[in-house]
Amino acid sequence: MGIGTFIVVSIIKILIAVLVLLTAVAYTTLLERKVVAHLQNRWGPTRVGPFGIWQPLADGLKFIFKEDLTPPYANKPLYLLAPVIALITALTSMAVIPIGPWISLGSIHTPLQITDVNIGLLVILGITSVGVYGGALAGWSSNSKYSMLASLRASAQMMSYEIALGLSLVGVLILAGSFSLRDIVDAQAGTWLGFIPKWNLFKGQFVAFFIYIMAAYAETNRIPFDLVEAETELVGGYHTEYSSMKFAMFFMAEYANMFTVACLASILFLGGWSGPVFGPPIVQSLLPVFWFALRVFAFIFVYIWVRGTLPRFRYDQLMAFGWKFLLPLAIANIVVTSLVVALK
Amino acid sequence: MLHLVLFFIFAAVCVGGAINLLVQKHPINSALSLIVVMGSLAVIYLLLGAEFVAAVQIIVYAGAVMVLFVFVIMLLNAGVEERTPHGSRVATMLGVPGLIVGLGIGVWVVTRVTGLDKIGIGGPEVMNGSEVFGNPQAVGRLLFRDYLLPFEVTSILILIAIMGAVVLARREE
Repeated sequence: MGIGTFIVVSIIKILIAVLVLLTAVAYTTLLERKVVAHLQNRWGPTRVGPFGIWQPLADGLKFIFKEDLTPPYANKPLYLLAPVIALITALTSMAVIPIGPWISLGSIHTPLQITDVNIGLLVILGITSVGVYGGALAGWSSNSKYSMLASLRASAQMMSYEIALGLSLVGVLILAGSFSLRDIVDAQAGTWLGFIPKWNLFKGQFVAFFIYIMAAYAETNRIPFDLVEAETELVGGYHTEYSSMKFAMFFMAEYANMFTVACLASILFLGGWSGPVFGPPIVQSLLPVFWFALRVFAFIFVYIWVRGTLPRFRYDQLMAFGWKFLLPLAIANIVVTSLVVALK
Repeated sequence: MLHLVLFFIFAAVCVGGAINLLVQKHPINSALSLIVVMGSLAVIYLLLGAEFVAAVQIIVYAGAVMVLFVFVIMLLNAGVEERTPHGSRVATMLGVPGLIVGLGIGVWVVTRVTGLDKIGIGGPEVMNGSEVFGNPQAVGRLLFRDYLLPFEVTSILILIAIMGAVVLARREE
């Protein structure tokens, strides 16, 4: 593949990835409203189009036409920078996430991934750790007490749970022997006895899986760890002072982060895009993407389900849970996994 | 060629960030400049083929250490720094030229002693030896095989530092 073709293919892939991700983000908000509504015996949005399917569009239009207000005492440059950091870091993580195997279109043979780097997992961890600044700067630059409290909470919470999150991934890395997300998926190919898939979840990483899920909920500020935007205490969280599209950018960043977390969980613990493949060639090349999307959808659904079910943690409980329960458990998981791998 | 262009761009960003760090009056702007410095350092590591070090640079320094800095600045609500109206006149006049001369002598001595002046900056040895030392496997092999003892000793040292911090920070009952 020549350099010209490579650039064109890359740009097409980037465009598709961003468009699909943003559409998915928009429709996740609808899914969330619908599912939570049904969990609470309501109907959710029904007015805009059949079953309310144009609701995200209407929301988007509303955000665009809202008045864009900047508080007079805000630190302007940082106030403008904060939502940009939040959204860019949330969207960039997608660059290294593979959504399927290689495909061939004519003479072009390309992976279903924007770029395959051999430190893919570290890149994602790095990008998400920089994403913390979005929330932190938003709260600080708004010059409002509620925003400030929320961003202090956000920074402390994300720092604490990042450690448990990172350590929970070490077991998977030991089993796969690579940071490349594609290699990690390939290491989970095949089955035992013909029907039990060799997912990392079944290779003994179930403790790591639950640590990962809980830490990921905290990282994305979702219930039961959404103290950052606890409405009853903090009005709206670090984006209290934001309006119009700037608020929407935080909103999109939050949901895009949920997608990153769900994709990572599928890749690291549930075998990525593995699944039965059959039918004509075109179906064969698209089925893995469907299996991957199914897993991601399941995670998003559980996210919403948990939101409709659980109450919120208290702040000291949150910190104690992260440091005194998840962290030792993650370290124990590393010790046991490495012992098993070493003795094998 | 592309390597060299990228190197100069990010080296300039790095130095610019460092100067901005000193010039800025508000601590949070200084902290953000330091993050820019860390980020461009990571890119320079990447250009050298040390991708693992680059990723760790971002995760540890930009993502954890600097978040703590920003966190403390926010927590203490540190304001604009105060400046004394006039400093020493000798320092104002001789400061920058003296610094440049001092740095020049330092660079000259270091390049002569390490033999860097014979290789040249960004020579082919530095650029193309990338696969050998920079990837996670190579770093892991070095850390856990060749330098296992120093690595473990360092980790014990850090553990002692952590325990010291806990003892110092704990309130007396």
